[in-house]
Amino acid sequence: MLILTCPVCGVTGEETEFHGGGEAHLKRFGPGSGDTEFHGYLFTRENPKGVHFERWRHNNGCGKWFHAARCTMTLEIFGTYLAQTYEPPQHIKDAITAKRPGWKWREFS
Amino acid sequence: MKRYSAFAIAREAFRNHMGWGRAWASPEPRKKYDVIIIGAGGHGLATAYYLGRNFGITNVAVLEKGWLGGGNTGRNTTIIRSNYLQDPSAAIYEKARGLYETLSQDLNYNVMFSPRGVMMLAQTQHEVRGYERTAHANALQGVKTEFIGPDKVKQLVPIINIDGPRYPVLGALWQARGGTARHDAVAWGYARACSNMGMHIIQKCEVTGVRQEAGKVVGVDTTRGAIDCDKLGMVVAGHAGHVAGMAGFRLPVESVALQALVSEPIKPCMDVVVMANTVHGYMSQSDKGEMVIGGGTDGYNNYTQRGGFHHIEETVRALVETFPMIARLKMLRQWGGIVDVTGDRSPIIGPTPLENCFINCGWGTGGFKSIPGSGWGFAELMAKGHSPLTEAFGLNRFYEGRFIDESVAAGVAH
Repeated sequence: MLILTCPVCGVTGEETEFHGGGEAHLKRFGPGSGDTEFHGYLFTRENPKGVHFERWRHNNGCGKWFHAARCTMTLEIFGTYLAQTYEPPQHIKDAITAKRPGWKWREFS
Repeated sequence: MKRYSAFAIAREAFRNHMGWGRAWASPEPRKKYDVIIIGAGGHGLATAYYLGRNFGITNVAVLEKGWLGGGNTGRNTTIIRSNYLQDPSAAIYEKARGLYETLSQDLNYNVMFSPRGVMMLAQTQHEVRGYERTAHANALQGVKTEFIGPDKVKQLVPIINIDGPRYPVLGALWQARGGTARHDAVAWGYARACSNMGMHIIQKCEVTGVRQEAGKVVGVDTTRGAIDCDKLGMVVAGHAGHVAGMAGFRLPVESVALQALVSEPIKPCMDVVVMANTVHGYMSQSDKGEMVIGGGTDGYNNYTQRGGFHHIEETVRALVETFPMIARLKMLRQWGGIVDVTGDRSPIIGPTPLENCFINCGWGTGGFKSIPGSGWGFAELMAKGHSPLTEAFGLNRFYEGRFIDESVAAGVAH
């Protein structure tokens, strides 16, 4: 069972208190975008075997959305952070590289 | 390979069963094959089998990183049905169900197909309308299903509580020729038949890279050395995204954990498969007497082959309401598999951006039932370049917006 800490209200709880919302940091495309951009935004997902950034909602708590960095191989959570950002803050990146040497942000794209 | 028969059993009985050989060979990999299939699960082995049987292509290797049938083939709840709403789905699942009927004879291997009937309970008015619609659609597709009332449900499943407090049983979609099969035997039977045709099944051989030249696939790198091939088929379920990444393309797939569990064995009490999609649980009784129970997927990406305990609790809580007698059962084992889920809950079978490289994935939570049909269609696609069974399931359907939407069709539990 995952244990997550909501960065908005500071409460630490089990995963039943939260709800997963899929991949974080998606670049959204609106009217005027091409088919390829829409296809990428709507359907293709990173789905990594390893470090994954995802959205979570503190459903049975403050109700706010936030982001988490988690490993899909070990279910280890590297940290959570506020959703109002385009990329993970430096302390999250540092926490990941400390445990996964050689890992780089957006090395997949 | 010796044929399995009553005569063979009698003969072996007279010599202390010393004459049974291995069911399949474990050869060293050759330098090159005509076709390499990545993944020796049910779908991969079925593909290899029909490549040989239907198209005479036998210079085939099936590579498996773990052991044969050790992924989702050995981790499902063995339900076989074809009562889907959309035409392409009904076609491929009904093809599979039809092949299951005679699979034991085809393979000379008892896969214990048991067409005991599959019942999908309608527990809300919405579901009643949905399943009546599916029954009409199935009639047009040539899939034999019917919508039955609560009395018939109670008659077929005496242990069910049809006037549950929250979700009374209002009827059910009934497929009399759906059922279950022995999941391991399906993989083992195909493996034995493939090995008998001279194909190589190479276990403990993990693919670490896909080699390409000028946009064409030329081979794979593995933990047992590089192997060349003319055509490559990726049939790796939960790891589809991972293997596709090696070939340089991304998939509209996310990998999540799906769990199942079995109870302690009890006397025969339910001889059909019951699925309750509103409360989200499904149950059947195995030949050993265990109640086999499955539920929904966990809500986040996961490669660990295990899921959250609270999910089991939700599934069992839901089923106890519909089957009060299982409340006192002890649960014996629980396991999880990594399923590859697509946006429209339909599989992806088709060519890839890499020439001569084909993919069969995205079966999500419903792969076991489709093994023979998937193998049949994918083999035809790999051998001839197109197959009427699979053409609607191409990777390009997401780009073009031609979904085969089973996620809102309620024909599928997920």
